Amino acid sequence: MSVQYPLAQAAPAPTVPRLTWGSECWSFVRKKPLGAAGAAIITGMLFVAIFATALAPYDAYTPDYGASFERPTAAHWFGTDEFGRDVLSRVIYGARIALFVGFVASFVGCTLGALLGVTSAYAGGKVDLALERVMDILLAFPLLILALAIASVLGPAVHNVVVAIAIPIIPRAARVVRSAALSVKENQYVEAARSLGAAARRVIFQHILPNVAAPYIIMLTAQLGSAILTEAALSYLGLGTAEPTPSWGLMLSGSASSYAEKAPWIALFPGIAISLAVFGFNLFGDSLRDVLDPKLRRKG
Amino acid sequence: MGTYLAKRVFLIVPTLLGVAAVVFLVMRVIPGDVALLILGGDSSGNIDKVQLAAMHHQLGLDQPLIVQFGAWLWGVVRFDFGASLWTGRPVIEELLGRLPLSLELAFLATLVSVAIAIPFGILAAARQDTWVDYLIRMVSIGGLAIPSFWVGILIILLLVIYFGWGPPLEFTWPWVDPWANFQQMFWPVVTVGYRYAAVTTRMTRSTMLEVLRDDYIRTAWAKGLMERAVLIRHALKNAMLPVITLVGTEFAFLIGGLVVTETVFTLNGVGRFVVDAVAHRDYPVVQALVFLIALCFVVVNLLIDVTYAWLDPRIRYH
Repeated sequence: MSVQYPLAQAAPAPTVPRLTWGSECWSFVRKKPLGAAGAAIITGMLFVAIFATALAPYDAYTPDYGASFERPTAAHWFGTDEFGRDVLSRVIYGARIALFVGFVASFVGCTLGALLGVTSAYAGGKVDLALERVMDILLAFPLLILALAIASVLGPAVHNVVVAIAIPIIPRAARVVRSAALSVKENQYVEAARSLGAAARRVIFQHILPNVAAPYIIMLTAQLGSAILTEAALSYLGLGTAEPTPSWGLMLSGSASSYAEKAPWIALFPGIAISLAVFGFNLFGDSLRDVLDPKLRRKG
Repeated sequence: MGTYLAKRVFLIVPTLLGVAAVVFLVMRVIPGDVALLILGGDSSGNIDKVQLAAMHHQLGLDQPLIVQFGAWLWGVVRFDFGASLWTGRPVIEELLGRLPLSLELAFLATLVSVAIAIPFGILAAARQDTWVDYLIRMVSIGGLAIPSFWVGILIILLLVIYFGWGPPLEFTWPWVDPWANFQQMFWPVVTVGYRYAAVTTRMTRSTMLEVLRDDYIRTAWAKGLMERAVLIRHALKNAMLPVITLVGTEFAFLIGGLVVTETVFTLNGVGRFVVDAVAHRDYPVVQALVFLIALCFVVVNLLIDVTYAWLDPRIRYH
């Protein structure tokens, strides 16, 4: 820890004006251009996912055997796959699957993890020790391996993939939030609330949880990209979503490499979509962490 | 150091017990009957009752859960994980045959990634918020975003289209023909390594940034040292400590990379063994491999903690 110099700090502190939502966003764009680029990509993907039915030129599910392996043309911008399905339409619908799995899995995983982490930190003692041990055990499995094992047990389906990805996220979020909550817990306002007779639930929800929001949000955005990537990997390995779901990972499995010579476009576009999505979330998450993490906020 | 080591080794025992329990439980909550799956039936019910009971008995599924768990633990202790349902050969035997390939891939990928990541991580930190930093960060965030299996597919695609090359069916060991082995391993190593490099670059950059703000760095600057001396002799030495921890975090990436990359390049390693076992519903193999991978992960993390304590005496006294 470096020493804080009171002289250097005193000048700008009291004059900071209250920022409105809009100006705060604008200052984020100016200070973190990469983060803003990430946010733009995410917004674009959300738009595509929401209006998929209107944007997709063809149906993403129905095969058209007369039109299989068509090269990218004006009619099929991204070409067609071995069943004659329009690759562009499938990539567009794929945004729904990717964002759904990404958002739900990381939200559920991080939220359960955060609740466990805060409980663990607040309770302390034996409860903390027991929960920590359980988290250690879950952390002993590499993320993809645990997700793979769970997915193999549950079988290929979108909601099973969500469960398979959310479970390995729980201990990761719990650990981060717990350590943040441990220091929040020592604050005097927590002591004050407790001495006023607030119940444990009130202290946790009113006083501790709002103050661990920053690490929670950092964790959430960090896990989003990783959840999308894990879904793609599971589907690629044939353990995630099942045909004919237009999942990007699934589109890359099997046919994509076996028809590599004949129709390379099948393998090209879903991969670009995955990379772009994860890239957007990572850029945004990175900048958000820089803004929210006080340790990194000072410029050296 | 001795007591610290003993304490740490002792502490992994309950963790491993827990890991064994989790693996056991996950494999037991499978909806449906494993015996039915093995006998090739679904829920149609045209399977001989006697045969089913025999299969239950053979798998030990007619025993109470606690006895089954005991049997599994006893097997774990003796490294006896039973036989593969698919090939009928002992799991360990199958595993040992595939291990060298994965180890070679993992080792080379780590080597390549560290050689790329450390210099670029330092450079990005030293030039924070300049175009150099932005470029390195963009490339490494990009590297994290691109799925390994897609990189593998693209490499194969290009090789197939331009060189008429396909992934070979037979693996050549380095001690048989080093050149053939190199040709075979080159692209898989690139596929696993680039992603690994991306993670390490980011971590090196952020630990360097933290270290560069410390007081002794200011002192080093103040006494007029050259940038190279400040960065390498003062900052890097201290930034390396957390970077070592990364090897543990990244071990998970490495395993994930192996699983996917071996599948893409049809290399018959441990990673592909996992995927094949899951696809064949070869539960003894899945159970054994998931446990052993977790075991490796725990041991690697233990080794890192011990190295850390060895390098930084402060940790031992906590």
